[in-house]
Amino acid sequence: MSTTEPRIMPVGMAINEAMDVAMGLDEKVFLLGEDIAEPSGGVYKITKGLSTKYGTERVRKTPISEQAIIGAAVGAAIAGYKPVAEIMIMDFIAVCLDQITNHAAKIRYMSGGQTTVPMVIRTSAGAGRQFGAQHSELLEAFAVHSPGMKVVIPSSAADAKGLLVSSIFDPDPVLFVEPMLMYWDPAYAGEVPAGDYRVPLGKANIVREGSDVTLISYGRQVHVCKEAAEQLAAEGISAEVIDLRSLVPLDEATIFASVTKTKRAVVVHEAVTRCGFGAELSSRIHEELWGTIAAPVQRVGGKNTPVPYAKNLETAFLPQVEDVVAAVKATNK
Amino acid sequence: MATTNRPDAPDRDSLVKMFEIQNKIKITDERFRSMMTSGQIQLIYYSPRGQECISAGYAVHLRPDDYVVTIYRGLHDHIAKGVPMRELWAEFLGRATGTCKGKGGPMHVTHPESGLVVTTGIVGAGIPVANGFGLAAQLSGTDQVTVVNFGDGATNIGAFHEGLNMAAVWKLPVIFVCQNNLYGEHTPMAQSTGVEYISERGASYGMPAVTVNGNDPIAMWKASAEAVARARAGEGPTLIEARTYRFWGHLMGDAMEYMPKEERKAAMAADPVPAYRAWLLENGHATEAELNEIEEQIKAIVDDAVEFALNSPEPSLDELYTDVYEEIIK
Repeated sequence: MSTTEPRIMPVGMAINEAMDVAMGLDEKVFLLGEDIAEPSGGVYKITKGLSTKYGTERVRKTPISEQAIIGAAVGAAIAGYKPVAEIMIMDFIAVCLDQITNHAAKIRYMSGGQTTVPMVIRTSAGAGRQFGAQHSELLEAFAVHSPGMKVVIPSSAADAKGLLVSSIFDPDPVLFVEPMLMYWDPAYAGEVPAGDYRVPLGKANIVREGSDVTLISYGRQVHVCKEAAEQLAAEGISAEVIDLRSLVPLDEATIFASVTKTKRAVVVHEAVTRCGFGAELSSRIHEELWGTIAAPVQRVGGKNTPVPYAKNLETAFLPQVEDVVAAVKATNK
Repeated sequence: MATTNRPDAPDRDSLVKMFEIQNKIKITDERFRSMMTSGQIQLIYYSPRGQECISAGYAVHLRPDDYVVTIYRGLHDHIAKGVPMRELWAEFLGRATGTCKGKGGPMHVTHPESGLVVTTGIVGAGIPVANGFGLAAQLSGTDQVTVVNFGDGATNIGAFHEGLNMAAVWKLPVIFVCQNNLYGEHTPMAQSTGVEYISERGASYGMPAVTVNGNDPIAMWKASAEAVARARAGEGPTLIEARTYRFWGHLMGDAMEYMPKEERKAAMAADPVPAYRAWLLENGHATEAELNEIEEQIKAIVDDAVEFALNSPEPSLDELYTDVYEEIIK
């Protein structure tokens, strides 16, 4: 593309473009998942047009069989392909967790490095659309707790493309979590570089610089943190916001450098707080920076409940800007 | 693609090769059990004794670039597919020289050069993975086939249903070999399974399925010949139920109180490995001297493999963090 016009697009389109680019670059890349081929192009339209462009051999509609989907991806990956498997909604990961944690994650290790599983599991996740308890959850901690899996969650259109292209060409299995609310909402649309654009895994993004407190987050909650930082700025508190982009590998250097500077940290994610990834982050910061930090790390996450249906309850479940602001104030007590 | 020629009887080379594979399995198993019983070695061990003819019967139809997937009771499949004995023994003993550098163990033996691509410890889980190998061959346009082995117990887990359905819908070149040894762990098939024959389940996926006497090498050879030819010709998957019996229960050390003594005694009296030896001799397919020589060669190979494994070092502690990812992530 020779135009210099900024390419503004929604997150869903950026994800589509990442798969388009990867399939164009490497014929070993193929997609499989429920309803992903035309005419529907996926229930969220993320794979729209791809089966027309690349054929239904490479953009394969599957039965509603999550174990069979992930299993087929695992075998094909060992045999030299680069499958991108779609699990429609993250809660359904529970249906095929054996194939993820016992096979995709462990096969390189169990074989002593003889066989590898370069595949991506794309899945949409998140509450906020009143889908109830079984279509709304963030379960990234499952995969983080499975050595062998990498875990990526983008927070912008550009990162969604760049991180997905990197994930598809990564030598290891990647769980790629797509915040559902961000797919087509113009509020999250952004400029996306054309062509083979890649963002490396394991490199956090400092989305806002600050000096008084570090807000560490990923996915859609990065935007909650940015809003909180705005409010705090109005009150004279300067918050740095770090978007982790990937949880495994984790950019600890950026986290520790920031918290060394600000001496205060709040970790924010949508998954339930108890045993969420924030617990790990909090623990790592305490281990590394005890004596440097001025206050205990605060955690803000989903409430320790299933995701409720009623709008007011669902909103109460989700971390809100005011929760983040309150947590920052708690580090200043 | 034209349907390939389907021979209806094994040639002499195949007959002798099956004898060799069966005895390699039998002699290896006997050595493992005697060394465990004498306390020389300790390991988690699922004896394949009694099931030798099944692996030998399909393996003689396979090329090195065909894929085999198996389960924790997989030693017979490892040997049949040609995993080298030294590395196999070393892996079972957790040594650095093992197929997987000692990091996988008996339940995860992997040797891609031989085509032994996955050994899983999860009942039924190899079935969906095998489809991936079949899909890779189909997408690449090769005529490679994949054989996936599992027990009768695995046919009651969801992965079996999902996997066979997908293979049938996509016409994958996969052969599903149910080694029906009549027990799922400690439970007899009749108490866990609603059909008399596992092959009845093929109909619900629109998949050709057959039950054979897995202890009859010629029957197993024939069923495999047909299934492999069908898969190579792009005509889709087959389910083979091979009926057999496991002589030593689920796991070595199993008290086997759930297996009727008379039933086990009868099965062991009808041991298929010596029975096949006698059949080869009676029908003039081989001479006593030839078979003796093969057995002696196998004993020497096993002696050498045991020696090699026992004298091999444990993995270096540096190996703990390697092979989790391509790069080291702690």
